[in-house]
Amino acid sequence: MDKVSKQELIRGYPQYMRKSIERVEATRAKRLESGPPSPMTAEERENILNKYHPDYKPEKKRKLALGISAGEIVPNEMADMLEAHPLFDPADVDLSHIDYDVSLLVIGGGGAGTAAAIFAHQEGIAADDILVVTKLRHGDSNSIMAQGGIQAADRPEDSPAIHYLDVIGGGHYANKPELVRALVLDAPKIIRWHEDIGVMYDKQDRKYLEAHGGGTSRMRMHSAKDYTGKAIFSAVRDEFRNLGIPVLEFFPVIELLLDEKGNAAGAIIYNIETDEYKIIRAKATVLATGGFGRVHIQDFPTTNHYGATADGLVIAYRAGANIIDMDSVQYHPTGVAYPTAILGQLATEKLRSQGAVPVTKDGEAFVFPLEPRDVEAAAIIRECWEMNNGVETPSGVRGVWLDTPMIEEIQGKGTIKQRLSAMWTMWHRHGIDITEDPVLVYPTLHYQNGGVEIDEHGATSVPGLFAAGECDGGVHGKNRLMGNSQLDIYVFGRRVGMSAARWAKKSRPKKLSLQHVVDYEKLLKKAGIETDRVSPILLPDYRDEAVISSSLGRFI
Amino acid sequence: MSEQENATIRIHIMGKTYRVPAGLTIMDAMEYSGYRFIRGAGCRSGFCGACSTIYRREEDYRLQFALACQEMAEDGMYLVQLPFTPAPRSQYDLEKIDPTENVLLQYYPEIARCVSCNTCTKACPQDIEVMDYVQAALRGDIARTAALSFDCIQCGLCTMRCPADIKHYHMAQMARRIYGRYLSPVPEHLEEQLREIEEGVCDSELDKLVAMNEEELVLAYAARIREEE
Ligand SMILES: Cc1cc2nc3c(=O)[nH]c(=O)nc-3n(C[C@H](O)[C@H](O)[C@H](O)COP(=O)(O)OP(=O)(O)OC[C@H]3O[C@@H](n4cnc5c(N)ncnc54)[C@H](O)[C@@H]3O)c2cc1C
Ligand code: SF4
Ligand code: SF4
Ligand code: FES
Repeated sequence: MDKVSKQELIRGYPQYMRKSIERVEATRAKRLESGPPSPMTAEERENILNKYHPDYKPEKKRKLALGISAGEIVPNEMADMLEAHPLFDPADVDLSHIDYDVSLLVIGGGGAGTAAAIFAHQEGIAADDILVVTKLRHGDSNSIMAQGGIQAADRPEDSPAIHYLDVIGGGHYANKPELVRALVLDAPKIIRWHEDIGVMYDKQDRKYLEAHGGGTSRMRMHSAKDYTGKAIFSAVRDEFRNLGIPVLEFFPVIELLLDEKGNAAGAIIYNIETDEYKIIRAKATVLATGGFGRVHIQDFPTTNHYGATADGLVIAYRAGANIIDMDSVQYHPTGVAYPTAILGQLATEKLRSQGAVPVTKDGEAFVFPLEPRDVEAAAIIRECWEMNNGVETPSGVRGVWLDTPMIEEIQGKGTIKQRLSAMWTMWHRHGIDITEDPVLVYPTLHYQNGGVEIDEHGATSVPGLFAAGECDGGVHGKNRLMGNSQLDIYVFGRRVGMSAARWAKKSRPKKLSLQHVVDYEKLLKKAGIETDRVSPILLPDYRDEAVISSSLGRFI
Repeated sequence: MSEQENATIRIHIMGKTYRVPAGLTIMDAMEYSGYRFIRGAGCRSGFCGACSTIYRREEDYRLQFALACQEMAEDGMYLVQLPFTPAPRSQYDLEKIDPTENVLLQYYPEIARCVSCNTCTKACPQDIEVMDYVQAALRGDIARTAALSFDCIQCGLCTMRCPADIKHYHMAQMARRIYGRYLSPVPEHLEEQLREIEEGVCDSELDKLVAMNEEELVLAYAARIREEE
């Protein structure tokens, strides 16, 4: 078998793709000389979004039937999870036996959660009075996967105000102004904190190497090669470990707990390996559970980690926290379209910020490479399905070429291995050398733009419940720009850590309650929703359908 | 083309044989066969190190090492799952350590026991010169340890295989942090921006933007001039 596939593939690509690559090569010199197409006007952007962006398909969304944000429009997959039963019957749970009694509970072990714990400790909460619980290992998260970079306005040519305009324009003016203000003003402080804990940012001549990202008007993308998320997060986690803050792994939260006043008071966690639950009482709770890529909105493949199933949003909603901007979903313009084994994995925007341009099967450039993400994605979808200018893969997916060899032409030989080694390795594992050949890309489900609404301190509408990171809503409006989420998780992770610590010092929850879950069941009934769906879903199920349909469900 | 698409391969998962479509990663092939991961799957993209795996081919006694989410399943592979096993780690205070030559040896004295067998390098799915960074650490070359280990995803395969009990990835993480903190100066332009923020220089412009209605913002956004590369 191995021999067959190796014969058929020429340096990673089948013969018919090679023909198209030859056409890409033929136009490269001319394209390098003329530069990429110019950015679209506001009107052109509007047009292309309306016609081709998956978000602009009304039939793929619906109004929420119940709960505090009833009437909000969300993707059908999200509505399905919110209009569902809890995983257990509240009557079966004994809330009188408390397994962990702490000042601060942090839910989620990505960047936002880990930063929150560190800053709560700095604010005076003892390490052993904090508990971090997470679904997989500490760090198995979207945070560690970021490749491209993190934004911060810190050059003389730039300013927080210019950053502000880029963020809010990119977000279609839906962002909450006070959140954007906090984001851009705290940005340099966060970079400084990263320096203090020893993050190795890319530098040259005693300055940061800073690049453009989609929708930026100044070069402010800081990076650590194309391992930015890993470089930052692994230093943050190492610092967390030095502080000795306890963390429980493989223990997802399956429901929040409130006290008699309706304030957040802890959570029920579930040991996914032994099937037992434990009760946590906490004076303040931080939600940092990340996004929803693994729910595969509109059946898109995703860049996200295995545990990105919007659990936090589901349980916070049941507890009465309102959500915003969940009608918009971010598709990253350039997910891997080929080879199929890594379909949907990320081809970082940094490839484009370093000079790679998307081109058709005939080697024609058709879009400015650094439009805001929604616009760039819509342009690629149009090229593939409307103009028929894409390349179809053996599995029926279409994609356009991202002409990576241009990077070496523009930035100099060796740039890719030096600054984009993760990307080089990913394709190299499949026999493709991106310094020599372009790569095939198509939009992939990437980011949850909206989430649980917060204020600038990270407070949600449930007293004592704070949220930060990808699960929060309001920071990015209807579309997040590259590099602003890595920023969001540390800006708001830090802020919620400090505000939750202050809240914990004066809060005294006593009696724990699941009444909100009981009430939610009543709402379901009242809304006439009859379903056997349960949520949060915790992990996706990728077993073959033949296996699932003959499963007895005894052990799994 | 369709032939290749329809082809199947045989794999052995912990002793049981399954037939799966060709062209899947080890992780996808195991899921196709009916395994549902709890451990051993994290990012599914080669960045987190949760899925380190060992396998053997029929008629080859040698063990191979890989990331299950990145390596393709091949006909005749014997697969097992290898849950991540954390290695002991030294606590330290980055502000209080002495960031000079001996510091890595002080916190990870076992690096002196390296027998240069190169097993760690051979095990590394990221193609890192692991032994070389251990040797660099031993020589007190923090910069080289940091640079060589930069792509480490802390999967732990090297550490699991090392006969000398070395905790490669924790030690290398410490080296990178020391490099970032002490050997790579903070750019002056960042300090300058921080001073401006501290002095409130940025506030009035931001306040103006925060107060703008959408129409005004649209105009301001359209008037931006994109900085040339
Ligand atoms: C491939 C990729 C590349 C990216 N590149 C960039 C980039 O270059 N720049 C940028 O700014 N942004 C980037 N992003 C986005 C950014 O990295 C994420 O949005 C951000 O890291 C989210 O951080 P978080 O802490 O909010 O969530 P995560 O890092 O996802 O952490 C959430 C944690 O909560 C856990 N969890 C989930 N449910 C539960 C539960 N029920 N109970 C307990 N724990 C739970 C998860 O397992 C996880 O550990 C990228 C994202 C991806 C996927
Ligand atoms: S150096 Fe060790 S821990 Fe790091 S990626 Fe290589 S084998 Fe894994
Ligand atoms: S495996 Fe251990 S002893 Fe062998 S070269 Fe690597 S560090 Fe040295
Ligand atoms: S699952 Fe993260 S490296 Fe494979």
